[in-house]
Amino acid sequence: MALLEIEGLRARVEGKEILKGVDLRVEAGAVHAVMGPNGSGKSTLAHVIAGRPGYEVTDGSITFDGRDLLSLGADERARAGVFLAFQYPVEIPGVTNTTFLRHALNAQRAERGEPTLDPIEFVRMLRDKMRSLGVTEELLKRPVNVGFSGGEKKRNEILQMAVLEPRLAVLDETDSGLDIDALKVVADGVNALRSPARGMLLITHYQRVLSYVVPDHVHVFAGGVIVASGDKDLARELEEKGYADFAAADAA
Amino acid sequence: METEPKTANELALGDTAYKYGFVTDIESELAPKGLDEDTVRFISAKKDEPDWMLEWRLRAYRHWTTMREPTWQKVNYPPIDYQDAYYYAAPKTKERLNSLDEVDPELLATYEKLGIPLREQEMLAGVAVDAVFDSVSVATTYKGKLEAMGVIFSPISEAVREHPELVRKYLGSVVPYSDNFFATLNAAVFSDGTFAYVPKGVRCPMELSTYFRINATQTGQFERTLIIAEEGSYVSYLEGCTAPMRDENQLHAAVVELVALDDAEIKYSTVQNWYPGDADGRGGIYNFVTKRGACRGRNSKILWTQVETGSAITWKYPSCILQGDGSVGEFYSVAITNNRQQADTGTKMIHIGRNTSSRIISKGISAGHADNTYRGLVRIQPKAEGARNYTRCDSLLIGDACGAHTVPYIETRNASAKVEHEATTSKISEDQLFYCLQRGLPEEEAVSLIVNGFCKEVLQTLPMEFAVEAQKLVGISLEGSVG
Repeated sequence: MALLEIEGLRARVEGKEILKGVDLRVEAGAVHAVMGPNGSGKSTLAHVIAGRPGYEVTDGSITFDGRDLLSLGADERARAGVFLAFQYPVEIPGVTNTTFLRHALNAQRAERGEPTLDPIEFVRMLRDKMRSLGVTEELLKRPVNVGFSGGEKKRNEILQMAVLEPRLAVLDETDSGLDIDALKVVADGVNALRSPARGMLLITHYQRVLSYVVPDHVHVFAGGVIVASGDKDLARELEEKGYADFAAADAA
Repeated sequence: METEPKTANELALGDTAYKYGFVTDIESELAPKGLDEDTVRFISAKKDEPDWMLEWRLRAYRHWTTMREPTWQKVNYPPIDYQDAYYYAAPKTKERLNSLDEVDPELLATYEKLGIPLREQEMLAGVAVDAVFDSVSVATTYKGKLEAMGVIFSPISEAVREHPELVRKYLGSVVPYSDNFFATLNAAVFSDGTFAYVPKGVRCPMELSTYFRINATQTGQFERTLIIAEEGSYVSYLEGCTAPMRDENQLHAAVVELVALDDAEIKYSTVQNWYPGDADGRGGIYNFVTKRGACRGRNSKILWTQVETGSAITWKYPSCILQGDGSVGEFYSVAITNNRQQADTGTKMIHIGRNTSSRIISKGISAGHADNTYRGLVRIQPKAEGARNYTRCDSLLIGDACGAHTVPYIETRNASAKVEHEATTSKISEDQLFYCLQRGLPEEEAVSLIVNGFCKEVLQTLPMEFAVEAQKLVGISLEGSVG
């Protein structure tokens, strides 16, 4: 059984159907890219997997590691090992990055029956992770995402992922709005986290990021369904032809 | 450290040995119901007070009979029948329990969440183990150390008898007996409270209350506190307790007076967690308090920090009279109201001296059907050349049935003054909550984290050991407010 199995998934947001029967399997160890034009519903897919309130699943199923993911609350999904790197990371004034991450990690450790890390143990662990991502100490002392540049926010998401070590990482347009240097840093971070035990779902509008994070599988998303699947060459094809052909195929 | 519970006999002996506390014999003593001059005389006699003290109380009582209860505040409560209450009941010695097993599990769960050490839990819950004796011996040690430095720290009733010259000089000098309806009532019938005096040049070596917090659970309905910091001295006083406190007296009308002389500094921190009533607003304490500090000396400083999470109604304005040139007043407040709680709180900064400055940071959090009002006055008197004030009031709403209000009064009578006021109102956003949940935080922990972040600036002014508990208290006060 695959790590993540999505079958016939239909979902509505504010009464409007966005996902119209999505089927997708992500195996542990694999990186899947989901590409699609704006408004195709690919970010909705990310949020439905993460359990965002306000997204109503009307049909289908999501199974994660053999569990019915849809029966779990957003926090339970996170503690089960589902991580979403946000397209727009949220600011939490007055809460330092370090405190936030420590609370999050300890909540997840508690779920697994592991002992709580005290602040000193936590910071020691954090320093190791930071170095590889080029995150500065100063960033850790600042309140979560407050006053961060676009690049810092995305890097911070990857740091959180590195600390929480999820089984499934969903990256929602993590590449958007980054200049080439920031993109490389983020891509390096993602590559460093590829592991045989971890599945990744890379949601993106652009082929660009896939030059740095080479996917095992590529899916084209249009009109709320996956219209084509293939290997990394599909991304290149997409780049040349544009989304129009695929969207047309869906309409036909 | 654990010891066997004491036998009943040992406990009885223990009570008499508890010399700084109350003794069992006085349990039956109760003044007749209602309030008249005889009640005031009765209280004064019980306290073995000198004539001048009784006279002062009587003046207050007579004045009180001419006053009317104020109605300008934004709180609602049914009329109080002042004749249908007891004004003197010797504090009852709590029923002694043999172990924590006998304590209400709900109460224990809260202690647990607050991280209160086991032995302190026993004391707070009234379990009669030798922890109580410990607290006495610890208290005695501290008392000796303080005495050696010339610091007086005692119940105010004791100070009236032993240091009459100081009490006469300062009592009512900041909050006169005629000040306001509730302060006047307090002046007539105050039961007990705290007196602290720090002599010239002495820096009080400990937070006054590190041991006192146990005693604080026994302070009565009409508490009166007087703190005097002589020239160049420093004192930090901590009032209250993060543990939930239940009291059968519904009306609490306390008075606190602080006096800071030249170059002296007083830091006064409060955590108030009285019973807030149930989710439908039944029961709960009315906490109507007058707190005021006089910065009488040059370059003196008074700093108020309050974390108000309890009581059905909280109504108080810890204030600073900035009389001495260059004196500084600061007010940091967190007021949390949930369910049907109401809070109308803030401060008054009265700038009289030259180059006086004040800073006000207020954080109001409202959830459920609660109402939270910041009300603050900044007054710059004509001679307050170069006065400065900075005020920031932030309100946070949780849910859409609660209210937040900001009522600033700014009166400037000196053109050289600089007064700044900023106010914000925000809601915990769905985005913030989801972001936290997505990282694995349970909802209540997420709310607690977000709210603690919102209050951070205030909480970090609390003494360290208190700050940690206060952070947890913030979360606990908001339990059940989301979802």
